[in-house]
Amino acid sequence: MASQHRLAWRVATLKDARPETATARTLVLDVPGWPGHLAGQHVVVRAGAEDGYTAQRSYSLASAPGGEQVELTVQRLAGGEVSPYLAGVMEAGDQVEVRGPIGGWFTWPPPGSPSSGGSLAPVQLIAGGSGIVPLMSIIRAVQGAVPVRLLYSARTPADVIYSGELARRSRHPSLTVTYLFTRAAREPGAAPRGRIDAAAVDAVTWRPEARPAIYVCGPSGFVEAASLLLVAAGHAPATVRTERFGPTG
Amino acid sequence: MALTRGFRGRGRDSRDPRLPPGQYDIGAEWPVLSAEPTPRLDPAGWSLSVEGLVDRPITLSWDQLRGLPPSAYNGDIHCVTTWSRLGVSFAGVSVDTVLDLAGVRPEATHVLAGSRTGYSANLPLADMRDGRSWLAWEADGAPLSAEHGGPVRLVVPHLYFWKSVKWVTWLRLLDHDEPGFWERIGYHDRGDPWREQRYQGD
Repeated sequence: MASQHRLAWRVATLKDARPETATARTLVLDVPGWPGHLAGQHVVVRAGAEDGYTAQRSYSLASAPGGEQVELTVQRLAGGEVSPYLAGVMEAGDQVEVRGPIGGWFTWPPPGSPSSGGSLAPVQLIAGGSGIVPLMSIIRAVQGAVPVRLLYSARTPADVIYSGELARRSRHPSLTVTYLFTRAAREPGAAPRGRIDAAAVDAVTWRPEARPAIYVCGPSGFVEAASLLLVAAGHAPATVRTERFGPTG
Repeated sequence: MALTRGFRGRGRDSRDPRLPPGQYDIGAEWPVLSAEPTPRLDPAGWSLSVEGLVDRPITLSWDQLRGLPPSAYNGDIHCVTTWSRLGVSFAGVSVDTVLDLAGVRPEATHVLAGSRTGYSANLPLADMRDGRSWLAWEADGAPLSAEHGGPVRLVVPHLYFWKSVKWVTWLRLLDHDEPGFWERIGYHDRGDPWREQRYQGD
């Protein structure tokens, strides 16, 4: 909950980087003194240039809680100030500063839940583009403790982040993944095109009677559309947690 | 602070002095950030109540609010997530006008502003007074969209914009500070961008 201590800046050193797509990669950062976090939270990353200039941007934590190593998945945005550096230039041994964890609403377990997994609600995740990042930390934190359904909207299959890990995890019945591709897929027999709509929500998401904990994340227009559909399907607005990514770079 | 090898950043000469520390100019975009789905509030059913430490607790309807002397803000807004929009305009009524209708009691020191959605934000009364805050129904010359807090939102532009409660329906005058939605989970009780008061303890 709210800490009375100033949220400190901590030095983060890049240990490893894993490509996820042509424009996104995961950074594995060593952060000595990391206080721990909840799935769904984010950090502010501050990069410093030689003349003392600094720039800071928010990034969702991709890793599940545990240890002093955290993972961020950064999408390179054309014309961005910080993301091209993180997604392309930074090398093992390079350093930034991070501040966090931040966010007490868009977290799993949801605030107010008892911490024992057995009494937690099923989870509904809806991701648009890079909105999958905080939802992946939730999937990694849940670890099959409750059933999770993920509806993931991306432009094409090549834009899917974590595709291998999602394929592996969804072999277990506790995770069901449905993709919606908004541009034509290249492979024959691939998932049908589609934008999120009432039919998709009706077909693959938890019904209100299941009382799911719902997390929607992605660009603002996507989150707006998805959350309206969920409310229209009968979910109480207070159960729909949203996190909107603005056009930050 | 730690030097980041290979990081250049944007041109320094062009940094606008209107940008508080740690902010960047997002240009013409206006991101939508909220914790919950956008509510659809019909102006006909909307009302604003001013309650707590006031002489006359009042409730204003949409028509009554719009019948008050108009006031506008032209300037900059700053989001705690680091974007700033420079040169925006909001039109509505000054919060001073509404507070004076209710008559704020001298012992009131803070305000908790909130919406039917459950969202709320706290701030010192002094930060709402003397032409520093508005109840706005227009942004950039057009009716305020639901996504951005319409029909009516609070606008307190000299503080981080999470204090500018969207879909505002109540203002409560208090003699103590009481944390609102984001403040309860770690954000600053006042939120001055020029002091980078983003989080508790800053």
